[in-house]
Amino acid sequence: MPEQLIWGTEVVLNGLMAGVLYALVALGFVLIYKASGIFNYAQGVMALFAALTLVGIMEGQVPFSHLINAVFGTEVHHFGWHVPALLAILLTMVVMVVLAWAVNTLIFRHLVNQEPIILFMATIGLAYFLEGFGDIMWGSDIKKMDVGLPQGINLAIDDFTFNIFDYGFFIDNLDLVATAIAAALVFSLIVFAQYTKQGRAMRAVADDHQAALSVGISLNFIWVMVWSLAGFVALVAGIMWGTKSGVQFSLSLIALKALPVLMLGGFTSIPGAIVGGLLIGVGEKLFEFAIGSMIGGATENWFAYVLALLFLVFRPQGLFGEKIIERV
Amino acid sequence: MKMKLIATALAAVVTAAPAMAELVFPSLSYRTGPYAAGGIPFADGYADYFTLLNERDGGIGGEKLEVPECETAYNTEKGVECYESTKDLGSLVYQPLSTGITYQLIPKVTADGIPMLTSGLGRTSAKNGAVFPWVFNFPANYWDGASVAVKHILDQEGGDISGKTIALVYHNSAYGKEPIRTLEELAKKHGYDLTLLPVDHPGQEQKSQWLQVRREKPDYVIMWGWGVMNQVAIQEAVNIRFPMDKFIGIWWSGSENDVKPAGEGAHGYKALTFHNLGDDYPLYDDLKTHVFDKGLAAGAGDQHGTAIYNRGLYAAMLVAEAAKTAQEIHGTSQITPAMMRDGMEALEMTEEKMVALGLPKFGPEFTVSCENHGGNGFAAIGQWDASAGEWKLITDYMQSDQEIIQPLIEADSMAYAEESNITPACN
Repeated sequence: MPEQLIWGTEVVLNGLMAGVLYALVALGFVLIYKASGIFNYAQGVMALFAALTLVGIMEGQVPFSHLINAVFGTEVHHFGWHVPALLAILLTMVVMVVLAWAVNTLIFRHLVNQEPIILFMATIGLAYFLEGFGDIMWGSDIKKMDVGLPQGINLAIDDFTFNIFDYGFFIDNLDLVATAIAAALVFSLIVFAQYTKQGRAMRAVADDHQAALSVGISLNFIWVMVWSLAGFVALVAGIMWGTKSGVQFSLSLIALKALPVLMLGGFTSIPGAIVGGLLIGVGEKLFEFAIGSMIGGATENWFAYVLALLFLVFRPQGLFGEKIIERV
Repeated sequence: MKMKLIATALAAVVTAAPAMAELVFPSLSYRTGPYAAGGIPFADGYADYFTLLNERDGGIGGEKLEVPECETAYNTEKGVECYESTKDLGSLVYQPLSTGITYQLIPKVTADGIPMLTSGLGRTSAKNGAVFPWVFNFPANYWDGASVAVKHILDQEGGDISGKTIALVYHNSAYGKEPIRTLEELAKKHGYDLTLLPVDHPGQEQKSQWLQVRREKPDYVIMWGWGVMNQVAIQEAVNIRFPMDKFIGIWWSGSENDVKPAGEGAHGYKALTFHNLGDDYPLYDDLKTHVFDKGLAAGAGDQHGTAIYNRGLYAAMLVAEAAKTAQEIHGTSQITPAMMRDGMEALEMTEEKMVALGLPKFGPEFTVSCENHGGNGFAAIGQWDASAGEWKLITDYMQSDQEIIQPLIEADSMAYAEESNITPACN
C-alpha cells in the first residue's frame, strides 16, 4: 500500500476519534435546543464548570476559598481529603442538577414566550456569569484532570498495523475510551427518550409545548431535567477535554468546535450530532493532511465551517434536522 | 446635603488615588480569562517585589512605591483602556504582559513620553533605541530565544546539525510567527531543515500537527505557544513518545502550568528562560520576612517560586534598578517618566549588583544604551524534573547569534522608521 494511503488511513481514524469529542460537546446543545428551542451559548462554559467542580471535589478544595480568605483573613484552601473519582463524578452531577434548577428557576421561567433571540442573549449572560462564578468558586489555575482514564498510544493497534503495513498507527487510548463513552451515552439517551415516561414527556414538550401542558406535563420539570441532562453531557465532555489539556478556562472554547457539527448535523438530532461530529472530524483532518501544507497549514478551524456551510447549501436544516414548513 | 455628599466623595477619591510624591509602577494584569494562569503569577511577583521595597527599604530613594493594578483579561482593547486610565497617575513605566497590547501601546507611549519594558515579548526590533526611544526589551527578545534554542541544539549535537530536521510548532499568530525568519536564517547558516507546523488559536486540537511530527520524525521540536496550546502540545508529544529532551519551548511555554497536566510524561521537557528558576535565593528570605509573613503577599500567595512569579519579580527588579539609576543621574528622588527613560537607557546589570539584591546568578549580565534597548541577548535552558516537580536551569546563559540577529533587527526597525516617518537618532 502506498505510504500516503497508509498515512491517510491513520488520519481518517484519528479524524473519527476527534469527531467523537466534537460530538460530545454538540450533544449538549442538541438536547436543550430540541426540548426548549434555546440555543445554549453557555454549553462550553457548562463543560468548564463541570470539570472545575469535579477536580475541585476530587482534590478536596474549599469552594470560594479565595473569597473566604480575603473577607475573613483566614487561610483555608483544602479540606484535607481526596474524594474517589466515581463519588466525585456523582457529586458533580448533583451540582449540575442544582445548576439546572437554578438556571430554569432564576432565568428561563421568567422568559417564557420570549423571542428566541432573547433566550439566546440570556444564555450569553449565563455563560459570562458561570465563567466568573467558576473562577471565584474554584480559582483560575490550571488543574490536572485524573479520573483514571488511559492516555497515550494504543500499543495493540500500533503492533497490529505495523505487522500489516510496516507502519504502526497512532490511536490515543483516551480517544478510544471517549468513543465507547459517547456510544453508551447516545444509546442511553435514545433509550431514555423512547422508553421512559420522562423521556416521552420530553419528546412531547419538544414537539408542542402547549399540547404537552394540556395533558398535564410539567414544563418546569422537563426543562430542569433537560438542562440536567445537558449538564451531565457537559461533564462527560469536560472530563474528556480536561484530560487532554488540563482543566482551564480555555475549555469553554470547545463550544466553537461544536458549532460546525451542529450546522452540519442539525440542531435537533442526537444521531445528527454524532454523524456531524464524525464528518467534521474526518473532513478537517484529511484536508489538513492533503492540502494544509500547501497553503500554510492551520486549516482545521476554518475548514470545519466551510464544510458545514457546503452542506447547508444542499440541506439548510442540516443532515438530520427537521425540515420546518410554515404555511401562510 | 448634596454638597456634603460631593465633598465626601471627592475626599474618598483623593485619599484612594496614589499620592503624587509616590513612584507609580502600574500593573496591567490579567487575573481573569483564559490566560489568567499565566497572568496571576506574574502580577503577584511584580507586586510583591515593590511591596518588599516599601516594607524593607521604605521605597526607592525614600519615595514610597505605588502599584495600581488594572485588569486587562489579556484583551488588547482593555489593555489600552488600562493604559489610558492610569497614565495620568504619574506612571513611570508600563510592562504589559501581552504582545498584542504592546503593539497598540508603542505609538501611545512614544507620544506620551512614558517608557515601556517588554522583556521577552512584543516587537523584537524595538531593541533599536534610535527608532524606538521609549520602548525597551532587555534582557532578551524572541529572536534571541530562537537563536539560543538552536545554539543549545548545536551543543547537544557536537556543533554540527547539518542535515538535521527541526520542527517549529507555533501559535498561528503574529507572536507565534516571530521566530520563523530567525530560524530560516539560522537554517541557511547551519544547514538544518526547518519544518513549520502552525496551530490555530486556541490550540486545543493538535492531532494533525503531532501525527505529522510522528511521521516525519524531526530531530528536535521547538515550540512557540501560549495558554492551552502549551499543555495540549506537551501532552500530544508525550502521547506519540517524542523524546522530551528534544522538545524545547520558548519562555512562554515553560511554566509549571504547561507541564503539570501531562504528569510524569513531561519529565525532561526543556524551555528557554532569561531568568533563573526556583526560590533558593536570599531575596526570598526577605520576601518571607517583610511580605509573606506579614500577610502582604499579592493574590492568594500561592505562586511563590514558580517560573512566571520569578519573571514578575525579575521584571519589577529591573525597573526598580532603572528607577534608582534615574534618581542617581538626575539627583532627585522624585523622578518623572522622562527621567525613568534615562535610567532605563543607562541601566547596567552586573552579577555584583544582583548578589547585592539577593538574586545571585538570577539573570544575565547586560548593559543598555540608546542604540541597544534590548541588552546582550543572553538566555538559558531550563528542564522540567517531574519527580521533583520543579524546573532546573541546565545551561549557563548563552548569547544569541548576533551576526544573524543584529542585521534582522536593523532591517525591521529601519522599515518601521520609514513607515512611521521617524528619523533614527541617538543623542
